[in-house]
Amino acid sequence: MFEPKIVCFLCKWCTSAGADLAGTSRLKYRPNGVNIRFMCSSRVDPEHILWAFHEGADGVLIGGCHPGDCHYEDGNYKTQARVSLLNRLLDDFGIDTTRLRLEWISAAEGAKFANVMNEFTEELRSKGPLKLAAREMAK
Amino acid sequence: MKRIGVFVCHCGINIAETVDVKRVAEEALKMDGVAYAQDYIYMCSEPGQALVREKIKEEKLDAVIIAACSPNLHESTFRTAAEEAGLNPWQCEIANIREQCSWVHSDREKATSKAINIVGTIVQKTRLNESLEPIPVSITKKALVIGGGIAGIQAALDIADSGYKVILVEKESSIGGHMAQLSETFPTLDCSQCILTPKMVAAGKHPNIELMTYSEIEEVSGYVGNFKVRIRRKAAFVDWSKCNGCGLCMEKCPSKVSSVFDRELAKHGAIYVPFPQAVPNKPVIDKDSCIYFKSGKCRLCEKVCEIGAIDFEQEDRFVEEEVGAIITATGFETLPVADLAEYGAGDVPDVIDGLAFERLLSASGPTVGEVRRPSDGTIPKEIVFVQCAGSRDPERYKPYCSKICCMYTTKHALLYKHRVHDGQPYIFYIDIRTGGKGYEEFYHNAEEEEGIIYLRGKVAKIFRDGDKTVVWGTDTLTGRNIEIAADLVVLATAMIPKDSTAELVKKLRIQTGPNGFLSEAHPKLRPVESINSGFYIAGAAQGPKDIPETVAQASAAACKVISLFSRDHLEQDPAIAWVDEDLCGSCRICISVCPYDAREFDEEKGIVIVNEALCEGCGSCVAACACGATQQRNLSDSQIKSMVTASLGGG
Repeated sequence: MFEPKIVCFLCKWCTSAGADLAGTSRLKYRPNGVNIRFMCSSRVDPEHILWAFHEGADGVLIGGCHPGDCHYEDGNYKTQARVSLLNRLLDDFGIDTTRLRLEWISAAEGAKFANVMNEFTEELRSKGPLKLAAREMAK
Repeated sequence: MKRIGVFVCHCGINIAETVDVKRVAEEALKMDGVAYAQDYIYMCSEPGQALVREKIKEEKLDAVIIAACSPNLHESTFRTAAEEAGLNPWQCEIANIREQCSWVHSDREKATSKAINIVGTIVQKTRLNESLEPIPVSITKKALVIGGGIAGIQAALDIADSGYKVILVEKESSIGGHMAQLSETFPTLDCSQCILTPKMVAAGKHPNIELMTYSEIEEVSGYVGNFKVRIRRKAAFVDWSKCNGCGLCMEKCPSKVSSVFDRELAKHGAIYVPFPQAVPNKPVIDKDSCIYFKSGKCRLCEKVCEIGAIDFEQEDRFVEEEVGAIITATGFETLPVADLAEYGAGDVPDVIDGLAFERLLSASGPTVGEVRRPSDGTIPKEIVFVQCAGSRDPERYKPYCSKICCMYTTKHALLYKHRVHDGQPYIFYIDIRTGGKGYEEFYHNAEEEEGIIYLRGKVAKIFRDGDKTVVWGTDTLTGRNIEIAADLVVLATAMIPKDSTAELVKKLRIQTGPNGFLSEAHPKLRPVESINSGFYIAGAAQGPKDIPETVAQASAAACKVISLFSRDHLEQDPAIAWVDEDLCGSCRICISVCPYDAREFDEEKGIVIVNEALCEGCGSCVAACACGATQQRNLSDSQIKSMVTASLGGG
């Protein structure tokens, strides 16, 4: 069975704490993602996302605080704006925009984190591996 | 090249059961830069930490990675250990292979390979980590306590007694909180007012405490040691500096408003103090009920106030305060009876909640301590107490145990028996939980000596029939259905966080758990701190608890604040933004994205610099920088890129 690879950029205050809560609650979810913890989702540069796809990711998850809850005032709004803009470019790169997922997951939402990981994994599994021209050329 | 040591923790079996820790260590050793790797059963124990210190010296390590639990738990533990062995603390990183790996996966093979990738990711970060020095910042040695119940009062008094200034903010016009509503307290049956009011008075008079009642938090900015708080002082329409508390205005007010303090069992005027022992003992006008505000006529209170304290023109005022630490002690509310459809949804007059029953029992309550039911004022001869009304009911209401109801229901039944000797109390319960000093003895006495009938089972339905309130339940010990035509029913409704807490935590940016209670930094070892530095929590806002626990937590939170204030200065995380001056194109996009005004254009250099004292390290400007001039210390773009590659198993 195809096992998609997911890179997860999570903010420290909400989504990574939510992922920790999923752990302390012993919720089980698919092991397809590795988390990279940032202070804020607004540290995610669109370049990091493209790099992840280039390096073999089949999906990228960005997890931030719910609107209004950002630890840094409005970092999550900036993230959303950047993701929306990047989505316009992804098509040009031959990347289905649903392979990039932005989720607001609070420190209390361990179950949501687990659900998102399961859902996203299944969704990517049904899409199959990302075939990227740039990646093929590099080979 | 840097020599990195990787230490893989078993955490007993917490990690080792699902992750092959030996293989993680073996694979780590093959990674570029890793000079040493070992697994150990408990890394955080003293032998575990000693191992790290020993290997740093023996193996001449430049950096260490502890693959263990969440960095929220032990990052500082291991950074201290690394520092003791001569490393810069920022050369120590945590790879989270417990909360985000072993605990959430069950396939050992997959969990192990994920753990290897997690370690690989952190190895890549660590390879390029610089040694950093913390940035010293000053501390404003003044605390803010939000919530003037027993938790807030206790915390404020403890901080004030150690010589620091405190602002105690309370939403209502008086401090005291729910404890002021209680009659007697279990298990000693001390009169609540008698033990609380002296503390209220002490808080009101303390030279180091500034009371701000009838006030709410509008906005909070800043960081530990240096918060800026904007507080709304709500218009009381009474000039408290003039008011001498004579009470004539309240006597003359023709409006009749249900008293929130008396759980709507009594009425007061539109101008009122919530209860006679209020601190400060100054009235406020409820604008929504005041005849003058509604119709433009009346102003009777103004006429009788000889000192001219009534001020209908008063408006909300805003004050700005600087504080170094914030304690949130906003307490609890109880699930409204109206939410419990099967128990009459609040439409049956003789179905009340525990706090209302407290008011009926209280010597200062609407019935002066006589138990009289709301519908007709008669003395009930049969009372049914229903525990877990909304608690321990995950399908329909709250999944958790409200903790205090077993004890206060027993107290209620006992106090009722003391007042109505021929009365019969029944208690429906699921389990009786009496964890606490003297609690079990208290319950046993009530059950064996006082003739209280305990029925094990849930109540299915409560409805009115004539002047009786009928309770249908089951006694699960005998398997029989039970019907009691009661005169009064008292519901031990679930404790829930105060409704204003959700709004407040957004302003403070602190976390709550799934049920809306405040989250502690660690459930066992840091129970009174928020994960966010400078924020502390106390009392029932953190979870259901009784008075002794609340007071203990409040004193503990105060102690944390005092310990913070005992330092000369604080150290701020230096993992913030910096600028490569040669690369900056001075486009100034960074200035527009910084939420803290930490990016400034330097006219002399012609570039945009970082004000280190203001930068919080969110990294937003780093992502926004078009020419790569701005980077984040120990989280640069090149670090992130190699971390991404490693997270995918490459590199």
